[in-house]
Amino acid sequence: MCRAAFRHHAIPAAFVAAALFGTPSVPAASAQQGGAGRGGLVAYPQRPPGNPAAIERGKTLWGVNCTFCHGPDARGGDGGGPNLLRSSAMLDDQNGELIAPIVQKGRGAMPAIPLSSDQITDIAAFLHSIPVSSRTGPSTINILVGDAKKGEAYVAQACAKCHSTAALRTFAGKLDDPKTLQQMWLMPGSGGRGVGPNTAPIPRPPITAIVTMPSGERVEGRVEQIDDFTVTLTLADGRQRTIKTFGTTARVELRDPLQPHKELLPIYTDTDIHNVTAYLASLRERR
Amino acid sequence: MRAVLLPAVMLASVIALGAQSGTDRTRLQAPLGESWPTYNGDYSGRRFSALAQINQSTVKNLTLAWTRRLTNGTSAPGVPLVVGGVGDITWNGATQVKGSILQVDGVLYVTTPDNTWAIDGRTGRELWHYVWKTRGGTHIGNRGAGLWNNFLFFVTPDNYLISLDARTGKERWTKELASFEQQYFHTMAPIVVDNHVLVGSSNDLDMPGFLQSFDPESGQLQWKWYATPQKPGDPGLETWKDLDAAIHGGGHPWVPGAYDPDTRLYIIGTGNPTPAYTSAPRGEGMANLFTCALVAVHVDTGKMAWFYQTSPHDTHDWDSAQTPVLVDGVFNGRQRKMAVTAARNGYFFVVDRLTGEHLITSKFSTSANWAEPALNANGQPVRIPAKDHHIAGALVSNANQGAANWPPPSFSPKTGLFYVPTADTYAMYYLTEPDPRGALGLGGKEERSLGSLGSYLTAIDYKTGKIAWQHRFRTIANTGLATGLLTTAGDLLFAGDVSGNFIAFDPAKGAPLWHTQLGQVPSNAAQTYTIDGKQHVLVAAGDTLFAFTLY
Repeated sequence: MCRAAFRHHAIPAAFVAAALFGTPSVPAASAQQGGAGRGGLVAYPQRPPGNPAAIERGKTLWGVNCTFCHGPDARGGDGGGPNLLRSSAMLDDQNGELIAPIVQKGRGAMPAIPLSSDQITDIAAFLHSIPVSSRTGPSTINILVGDAKKGEAYVAQACAKCHSTAALRTFAGKLDDPKTLQQMWLMPGSGGRGVGPNTAPIPRPPITAIVTMPSGERVEGRVEQIDDFTVTLTLADGRQRTIKTFGTTARVELRDPLQPHKELLPIYTDTDIHNVTAYLASLRERR
Repeated sequence: MRAVLLPAVMLASVIALGAQSGTDRTRLQAPLGESWPTYNGDYSGRRFSALAQINQSTVKNLTLAWTRRLTNGTSAPGVPLVVGGVGDITWNGATQVKGSILQVDGVLYVTTPDNTWAIDGRTGRELWHYVWKTRGGTHIGNRGAGLWNNFLFFVTPDNYLISLDARTGKERWTKELASFEQQYFHTMAPIVVDNHVLVGSSNDLDMPGFLQSFDPESGQLQWKWYATPQKPGDPGLETWKDLDAAIHGGGHPWVPGAYDPDTRLYIIGTGNPTPAYTSAPRGEGMANLFTCALVAVHVDTGKMAWFYQTSPHDTHDWDSAQTPVLVDGVFNGRQRKMAVTAARNGYFFVVDRLTGEHLITSKFSTSANWAEPALNANGQPVRIPAKDHHIAGALVSNANQGAANWPPPSFSPKTGLFYVPTADTYAMYYLTEPDPRGALGLGGKEERSLGSLGSYLTAIDYKTGKIAWQHRFRTIANTGLATGLLTTAGDLLFAGDVSGNFIAFDPAKGAPLWHTQLGQVPSNAAQTYTIDGKQHVLVAAGDTLFAFTLY
């Protein structure tokens, strides 16, 4: 009933992907709908390490008997066999007991393969040593595929009225990771899933407001919070002041320095974006 | 403008089962008022209450009756704690009430993953607390309980359907719903229709989605409907690359559906196809039925009567599981029975719920950029493959959360408007698994948020699909969707905003009429009911319940 209790060691799938394909990657930093644990819980613990000798024997048997159809990594091969990492029999199997009947009797297009139960147990040990996850980590595939020259031209036309080349060079110099560079020039301060606080490497510039009170008084400051009912400003002297706006004639004018960035989101093409990122990365290289 | 209520709803309730307490068919099929006996109050998905004590004139006097903070895993002093489970972990994640709260006979039933409480509706005091010790599974949220007579039903992240005695919290039986090794999990509020307890699955690892029906007395499985073809000859198989792709095609129906007593059809939205992002293994451009669709399943047989697919070949993990709402009203000059839904992909749909005939598609997310400007001949959005993802990043709206999601919408027959929390967000979608065999589940893609252009309360006219009004929640925070909704015959629309306010709006015009600051962002849709002759409105914000009434 509680087979999963035997699984204690979580090994990121990406780790094994890296071992199999030489694709360096790191585990997913955060889960979306599931995957990683919440509240200290590992949602789907990986199996404990199996017997290394059995895994080694199983791997050899796999290479000889199974690789052509199912691939060296069991994700499917040239012979058209399915990805076994997501096979329900594979996932439910413990020590080969669910795999053996399929191997020994064949199924569908798969012929019977004359392997002993012990050999299948070894193959199962090999297969179960491959962690299975519904998530993969970020990759380090090069994303700088844009044309820096065209990116420079785009920046001259769309960005230069607010941003000097020197400022852009300083900005790019702070961001070594190209995906972060791309994210931060598109929308400084953005992060997470679009919900809640984030820890962006480039903070969002403060939003300010001028509130015209019913009396005609004008109050100016940095916006700490605003909703449909009140606004809280930090004034020049550091004091916070909350003003009721709902049901009053108080008028709020928000000044968001990122408004032009927001207005560009529906306009960019992906090629524009890739070109600008390539240009900004080239500024960084020339620093 | 006034839509006609179903007289058959009342007629069907005559055949009650004789139980005098708890919930029976009479209560489950009556117009929504005194009690709140099922996920959306009644079967229609409208979340429209006939109660009107609290109305546009009286709402200014709405005041707190009580508040109560809940803690996962432990009960308040002196409160009976009932412990069950097949695992050895008592989950202690943050307590977040994200489901509907039932109210019958003055008792409230509240859930979070692994936890169920009975709460005194007059005081907020815990009557009992049931804790399930878990073996794992995705603890993302629990959408609530189902009730049948004195039997309470809820599901666990590690795939059990639990039946409790609603009076004591004592276990009646438990039933395993799906393989834990296959990484299934369960979040849905069970829906009880006659002697059927309906439960849909969740899974992020390429396992097929299904809806199961259980006997409320014994827990015996009655039928199981798969969202994708499972064997040669199954309908829809021609829309997949091959049978293996279909078997691993996902389509999980994880948000409760709506039930039409006239046709005995349970209408529910299905989830996204899998692998979610690396879609080539599913068959390039193939529709992948019956994922991302509205489907109508007969409650007695589990056979599908009709379907309408709202996202053919989804490539963004934008399921179409969102609540379908049953609307009876005039459409193009004639009375029709319809089902309407606002999908995560940013489009609103109206179909005839007797036949599945498509009536309207409209786009409610202005920013959504993943589909061609023109719909196809079936009224479906047409995906732009370049906006799936890109090695160097594709700028896509919306971000993964979608333009709408599980937060329950509402429909008021008094205004004829459908209300739904929506958002316009952007993200860069990067392809990280170029291997043509694809990744498993949600793998192969990395997303970087670019923030939000706005979080809205959106009112849509079902007759035209056009936005009647839209309230943009004022904020400087980087916000996604607000929580779910409730409308009442008191001409009120209750909603949470993205800043911790609980607000009563004028449903005709969208102006706020009353509000209070809860200190946490509301985390479920409000429900309303009567206790001791007084209408209450109940909402959860994180770990705390707030009950409001008029004195």
